[in-house]
Amino acid sequence: MMAEDEKKECFASGHRMCAGCGEGTAMRAILNEAGPNTIATVATGCLEVTTTAYPQTAWEIPLIHAAFENAASVASGIEVALKQMDKKGETNIISFAGDGGTFDIGFQALSGMFERKHNVTHICLDNEAYMNTGIQRCSSTPYGASTTTSPAGEVSIGEDRPKKPLARISGAHDIPYVATASIAYIDDLRKKVRKALDADGPALVHVFAPCPTGWRHGSDDSIELARLAVETGIFVLWEAEDGEICDINVTQKPKERKPVEEYLKKQRRFAHLSDEHIEKIQKEVDEKCEEYDF
Amino acid sequence: MGEQKGMTIQGNMATALGAKLCRPDVIPAYPITPSTLFPEKISEYIADGELDAEMMRVESEHSAMSACIGASASGARTCTASASQGIALMHEMLFIAAGMRLPIVMAVGNRALSAPINIWADHQDSIASRDSGWMQFYAEKNQEGLDLMILAFRIAEDERVLLPAMVGIDGFVLTHTVEGVQVPAQEDVDEFLPPYEPPHGKLDPENPMTFGSLGTPEYYQELKYDQTEALENTPEVIDEIFDEFEEEFGREYNRITPYKCDDADIILLTMGSMSGTARAAVDEMREEGEKVGLAKMTVFRPFPGDLLKEIAGDADGLAVVDRNISPGFGGAMFAESAGTFINENKSPVMKNFIVGLGGREIFKENFKEMYEKTKEAVEAGEVKKLVEWINMNEDVMR
Repeated sequence: MMAEDEKKECFASGHRMCAGCGEGTAMRAILNEAGPNTIATVATGCLEVTTTAYPQTAWEIPLIHAAFENAASVASGIEVALKQMDKKGETNIISFAGDGGTFDIGFQALSGMFERKHNVTHICLDNEAYMNTGIQRCSSTPYGASTTTSPAGEVSIGEDRPKKPLARISGAHDIPYVATASIAYIDDLRKKVRKALDADGPALVHVFAPCPTGWRHGSDDSIELARLAVETGIFVLWEAEDGEICDINVTQKPKERKPVEEYLKKQRRFAHLSDEHIEKIQKEVDEKCEEYDF
Repeated sequence: MGEQKGMTIQGNMATALGAKLCRPDVIPAYPITPSTLFPEKISEYIADGELDAEMMRVESEHSAMSACIGASASGARTCTASASQGIALMHEMLFIAAGMRLPIVMAVGNRALSAPINIWADHQDSIASRDSGWMQFYAEKNQEGLDLMILAFRIAEDERVLLPAMVGIDGFVLTHTVEGVQVPAQEDVDEFLPPYEPPHGKLDPENPMTFGSLGTPEYYQELKYDQTEALENTPEVIDEIFDEFEEEFGREYNRITPYKCDDADIILLTMGSMSGTARAAVDEMREEGEKVGLAKMTVFRPFPGDLLKEIAGDADGLAVVDRNISPGFGGAMFAESAGTFINENKSPVMKNFIVGLGGREIFKENFKEMYEKTKEAVEAGEVKKLVEWINMNEDVMR
């Protein structure tokens, strides 16, 4: 399935992402899995500005960037146009957006695309804040993270609300495939992208992609942090098929869960957290993992 | 040449029928008063098997224009309809459609903008998107709405143009008013408007391209220059296609159509449905011996300054009648008309009249008043008040 396409990379090197950017790792795996018979839309954000500066492009497949909030509705238009004019439906259509372009400003367009049952896979590259504009808080930002608009301070612990459960909300649209994935588990990610593309209808793959610049960790720690997020239960890898959101299948389950402290301590966005805060986060993760039987 | 068929229909149905004759592939649309009948009619045509197209019932106007962009970039003939707040909501995407040189056509049911909320006619909605890079056509009557849809597709898709176009019909005054129209035969429209194939590429895995690149300061200005030049080069193409249309279908279109302007001392410049009332007023004033003419603007973007100079350059006075207002200055058509005559050796005395906002009626008497006021300014050799609001309800003003 992948060998033939991999001869030609669909996501060219030489783009302008930061060293250690989780998105780059994710994009290479995703586009190589999708292969050249793919049309993509991309929301405004890091991925777009680092890969499409005129007159160059890192995209070896057709790409359209329109604006921030509408990657999914532009993709809807492409899907309908191809269906109307060609009627074969063999071309993969993927809409890419960051967490801002998915969780927040792009959510209405995404919900519309799901509801209308377009054969589009939406891939959210989640680095848990508005990184392209300078690390501002998003509804994807986790509890306790210090960002430029939710800074930690004398009377602030940073972001004081929990992360919005995007994949579960997406699944509640009764779409055929929803998954969470991580750059630390590339095979798992590629399998999920394949399932999403093969699904008969809309799909979401929510990819956890660490950001050394915004999380303030070493650029060689991205994969390790992504793995720790899974091993601590901070970010659970699961999938749900055929609209059965109640029947969640956890795809990566380490034998023993590590304490969240191991994950938090490696990032300066969490450096201000007291033992008490960390305990609170641990308790919340424990409760969530119980739900996932993890 | 097939026979044209007479029908008596509302304006929205005329623009929908015009669109249908153009065989669009994809129509993403969101309902908004007063243009809702357009997507309703398109849905009916598809449901009855009369039109082979996909109607996308999107969740907002922003997504409607976004889907238009995706579909048009894929090589589909694409159109939509909207009005007022809908056009305001898609404002961001209008610039992007034009910047990507996508020949999308939008039927507009021209309506006032909030606040206060008002569903009735004025041109504020499309005028507010004047700088988006779209061509703008305005109809006086339903026949023009129908014809201009066909013309808009043909002009927008011309390789020398490749820009989106909106066709405005005044809310309720035209959108919901029944008038007789002549409907061209399908085979003749097919001949006039061949199938659309993007001349410079589309979203195609066989030939991958990136649309909507990041334009850094080294390139952005040149890319905008190219786009602007394309729009400024369109008058020649528009005139050529208007002539061809007249030959094929027997109806004359001009970017500005003069009426009794040759010997006129004072000319009224109008746009949209008010032009019919203005013409009747001109006829009555002519009977009374007044040397007055009417210039009806059909194409607002690109602004037909060349024709305005030809038509009004020798007149003593020009009354520019705007159904829109840019608070802090005046009407858009006035500002551009004034700009047109700057640096000319001879220029008419100009006055701006704001009329018909939010569906306020415009009567023949109002045009006579505007004529008189312009004439007074000409005779006095002085314009005391540059911008005047006409047909104000003084009781409400108190």
